Amino acid sequence: MTELLKLQGLTKAYLGVIANDHVGFSIAKGEVHALLGENGAGKSTLVKMIYGLTKPDSGTMTLHGAPYAPNSPQAARASGVAMVFQHFSLFEALNVAENVALGMENPPKMNDLARSIREVSHTYGLPLDPHRTVGDLSAGERQRVEIIRCLLQDPKLLIMDEPTSVLTPQEVEILFTTLRKLQSEGTSILYISHKLEEIRSLCDDATILRMGKVVGTCDPKTTTARDMAELMVGETLHIPTREAKESGAELLSVQGIEFAPQSPFGTRLKNLSLSVKSGEILGIGGVAGNGQDELLSVLSGEAKAQSGSVVFEGQDISTLGPNARRALGLLSAPEERLGHAAAPNMSLIENTALTATIRKKLSKNNFINWSKTEKFAQEIIKTFDVRTPSANAAARSLSGGNLQKFVIGREVMQDPKVLVVNQPTWGVDASAAASIRQALLDLAAGGAAVICISQDLDELMEISDHFAALNEGKLSVPRVAKGLTVDEIGLMMGGAETSSDTQIAGHEVSA
Amino acid sequence: MDLGSISLVAFFASLMVASTPILLAALGEMVTERAGVLNLGVEGMMIIGAICGFAIAIESGSAAAGFLGAAAGGALLSMLFAILTQFLYATQVPSGLALTLVGVGLASLIGQPYVGESPPLMGKLHIPVFESIPFFGPVMFQHDPIVYLSLILAVLVGVFLKYTRGGLILRAVGENHDAAHALGYKVRLVRVMAIGFGGAMAGLGGAYISLIRVPQWTDGITGGIGWIALAIVVFASWKPERVVFGAYLFGGLTALQLNLQAANIPLLFVLPYLVMLAGVIYFVIAVAVGSWKKTLDVKPTLKTFAQFIGVGLVLLLIGIATNYASSLDLLMLSSAPFVATIVVLVVISARSKGASNGPAMLGKIFQAH
Repeated sequence: MTELLKLQGLTKAYLGVIANDHVGFSIAKGEVHALLGENGAGKSTLVKMIYGLTKPDSGTMTLHGAPYAPNSPQAARASGVAMVFQHFSLFEALNVAENVALGMENPPKMNDLARSIREVSHTYGLPLDPHRTVGDLSAGERQRVEIIRCLLQDPKLLIMDEPTSVLTPQEVEILFTTLRKLQSEGTSILYISHKLEEIRSLCDDATILRMGKVVGTCDPKTTTARDMAELMVGETLHIPTREAKESGAELLSVQGIEFAPQSPFGTRLKNLSLSVKSGEILGIGGVAGNGQDELLSVLSGEAKAQSGSVVFEGQDISTLGPNARRALGLLSAPEERLGHAAAPNMSLIENTALTATIRKKLSKNNFINWSKTEKFAQEIIKTFDVRTPSANAAARSLSGGNLQKFVIGREVMQDPKVLVVNQPTWGVDASAAASIRQALLDLAAGGAAVICISQDLDELMEISDHFAALNEGKLSVPRVAKGLTVDEIGLMMGGAETSSDTQIAGHEVSA
Repeated sequence: MDLGSISLVAFFASLMVASTPILLAALGEMVTERAGVLNLGVEGMMIIGAICGFAIAIESGSAAAGFLGAAAGGALLSMLFAILTQFLYATQVPSGLALTLVGVGLASLIGQPYVGESPPLMGKLHIPVFESIPFFGPVMFQHDPIVYLSLILAVLVGVFLKYTRGGLILRAVGENHDAAHALGYKVRLVRVMAIGFGGAMAGLGGAYISLIRVPQWTDGITGGIGWIALAIVVFASWKPERVVFGAYLFGGLTALQLNLQAANIPLLFVLPYLVMLAGVIYFVIAVAVGSWKKTLDVKPTLKTFAQFIGVGLVLLLIGIATNYASSLDLLMLSSAPFVATIVVLVVISARSKGASNGPAMLGKIFQAH
């Protein structure tokens, strides 16, 4: 195979922090090349340089043997380099054809473009209606828009940034079929991910980055996932183990909730029922945007449900607000760290006071006891290894992973009876994710119930006793997690059988 | 009370004149906001345009040169806002308010020597053939060139936003600046240009007041028209055709108010019938458009129709009950155009689902990273 893109000694520093340190590797024509690394390993900086969004401080790139130094994404696209972003590149209020046109250098007339979108999307098995508004599409369909946008320009190199994080297993299969077809046509693909099994099934070659440096290359088809993970993290992984135990009394039950969200792009919850018992972890999977945020807001008390639908230890709490629910022992940690779980410009101490005042008795006569609050904040920081200069640092100054550890730790350490978390380890590196999962397991072992909403199926399989999936606001019947196959999970995520249809809480089925 | 002294031809002709400055300013602000920038300094840019246009017209002796100068003056002032918000990352709302304060003060300073002077007049441009149509000729086709220009600009802005690549990029920047940046579009450049366009249009609108509508210079001559233009943009759901409608509605009510005052007729004497007439017109248009596009939804249409009639009846009762008291009428006369325009546009924007959603990035600061 001939060489398509060669990187040599690429170095880039931001404000004195070295993001890429003499990175070099090459991608052959028609090869699927994996780029592996933890959050902050320098993957996105490297990709930004290849796509012309930033310039390297030093080092060279060659494309087809000729020097390649794009100074804008337009230049990169003109040279045949296209990129599928995971975030920040679609316009919700515009339609599919307009979105595609924005990613092209010389788009044809809208009618012609709409026709070629239909043709190309059918050829590659990714059907799309060019006139639909992107805001109405599912995550998987949105990704198709990005891919079609690239394919219409006939790229030589396609960069894909964590493309599967929002897809169901079935959608992942469709995507992989498309990518293999592209590969057979001679297109090279730079595939960025930290999902090792995917890389093993798709990629021909892998480069592993750690702290901005290339720490190894391997053939993913012959290397085990565990070996690759240890190369990425640089240490031996501690994987939490699930201890089998029987669950106790029912703590929280939800019966037939109907909930219509305020936002036009939100998802309606339809006749949703679930229940959790003491010591149980219920994992809720599903593709993003199928009602996860709405479910969390109904459980946390941010949104009120019809009376009688949410029962906590025999008491109807459906119309109670978040603070009243916290006082009873029902705590929650939402997905959006900045702005929802934490107030960005307030310090960690102030953020501690925001949710922990009631349960940790941090105030007296409406005056906050700041020294007690600081002590508790320090405890969280220490126990959950939150890397911050001090407890006085503003929440927004922490890295995403560290803030995540803080917001989860803050709830876990308030000794909840029921804890609801959404995406607890999103954007957290492997070792920190493992410790967060361990904390959830410890909580359950101590007799609490945990509802863990997540899009990371491996995570859910690792910690849950029971598993259910959200699909278009309906929840599937919870099943015992042990022994579930990927196909079964995929069917549940696709909405095969739902509690809304059968009207049985999951435990009869799973017992 | 003398209803007969109101000439319909003069009324409708003055309606178009009263609407033009609002239309110009609102169109400019709409483009700025579609690019994701909230510039609350419209009033300041208008008044700077008013004095720049006035001064240049007097010095050069040409009203056309005055309008060019007004556009340049408005654009120049808007660049102050652009530097603050796009390069120094200042928050847009206070920056816009400050821009108005600066504009009003600066205009007063520049305007000192021009108080009491008369500007050169701009000739009327009668459109051949059309001008001789009975009624419609004098109402629509015997105006100064700026009236036609404002309507042509409205069409051009609409076409630009909807059908051109430049318009698509501008909307994309207003919808998601991070995505636009990631695709390689120059977010800041687009925004600076949109701010400059908004400034130039506001300047034109201001000059229309000082050179044609009034025409003389006094402090605070724009009298809140800039704020109305801002409100019209929002309630018109950032759509050009609705901006035209909103501007003409406000202009019409202003012209009506002046005519009624001159004829010494209480507003409450005619307003109820006008509201009910508006309801009938709305109903006819909604039914016609709805059945043509096959999207007719009878229930809400009837409901809105009933609301119009209801409001009309209430106003009629208030008028009869107060026996057209003059103090109440004075209050209503001065506030009616503002209240009525806002109410009507609120009803329209609330009726179309999702259409009231503004550009997603409106007022947000963009920093490339």
